[in-house]
Amino acid sequence: MTSFVYSEALLGGVLIGVATTGLVYSHGRFAGISGILAGALSPSGRYGQWGWRAAFLLGLVLSGVVVRLVRPEWLAEGPVTHPLTLVVAGVLAGLGARIGGGCTSGHGICGIGRLSLRSVVATALFIAVGALAVAAGRFASGG
Amino acid sequence: MRYVVAAGWGALFGLGLAISGMAQPSRVLGFLDFAGAWDPSLMFVMAGALLVFGSLRPWVVRRRGALFSSLTTPPSSSIDKRLIVGATLFGVGWGIAGYCPGPAVVALSLIHI
Repeated sequence: MTSFVYSEALLGGVLIGVATTGLVYSHGRFAGISGILAGALSPSGRYGQWGWRAAFLLGLVLSGVVVRLVRPEWLAEGPVTHPLTLVVAGVLAGLGARIGGGCTSGHGICGIGRLSLRSVVATALFIAVGALAVAAGRFASGG
Repeated sequence: MRYVVAAGWGALFGLGLAISGMAQPSRVLGFLDFAGAWDPSLMFVMAGALLVFGSLRPWVVRRRGALFSSLTTPPSSSIDKRLIVGATLFGVGWGIAGYCPGPAVVALSLIHI
């Protein structure tokens, strides 16, 4: 496990905050990635406006491509879990985000940033449940 | 132009995720590992993001969509069963693999063509 660096985490967070603020300013939209993904995957659905979502996601992927070239150590080398586990986890997280109306960026940043009690509750809950899941995993693997 | 700007914000968001270490599931899982070797990184990431967005929010929401305005439906404000169920499911999935939507999309860049 690499050592913890406060400044990089804070800086990254600031950049995320700037991007979130910027999207509200330019497009009047909130950068909740689960919502952006959902809308991008259903062009004619109730979310509508496929274009800016696809563009945002493209930017997200492209930043990953660039980072992979100049600072690959910032990214994971590939899934650390078994592919099937990854699929199950992805389905659960995706489903949960859709049902609950947000994810870490949607509720955790946008929602809390807007002082939404609903988002505070959601964030506290998924952090708590996430922690339980990790603890259960350790217990199950005898860690 | 609206698409270029949107892509720009997406790229900045992704860069922030990468710099902060949140693109690495091990760091995320380390934050959720309260009982074990706790990694507080995620807390600082959220703090940084909330510091910026939270303080600018009143100003920016008043000017929302200044460049490319679009109709939006206000999000629900109710704390209901859907929220509880959704957040719980999300927590389980997130705690299993350490991926939430943002890092997952960034991770698409790791696919070897």
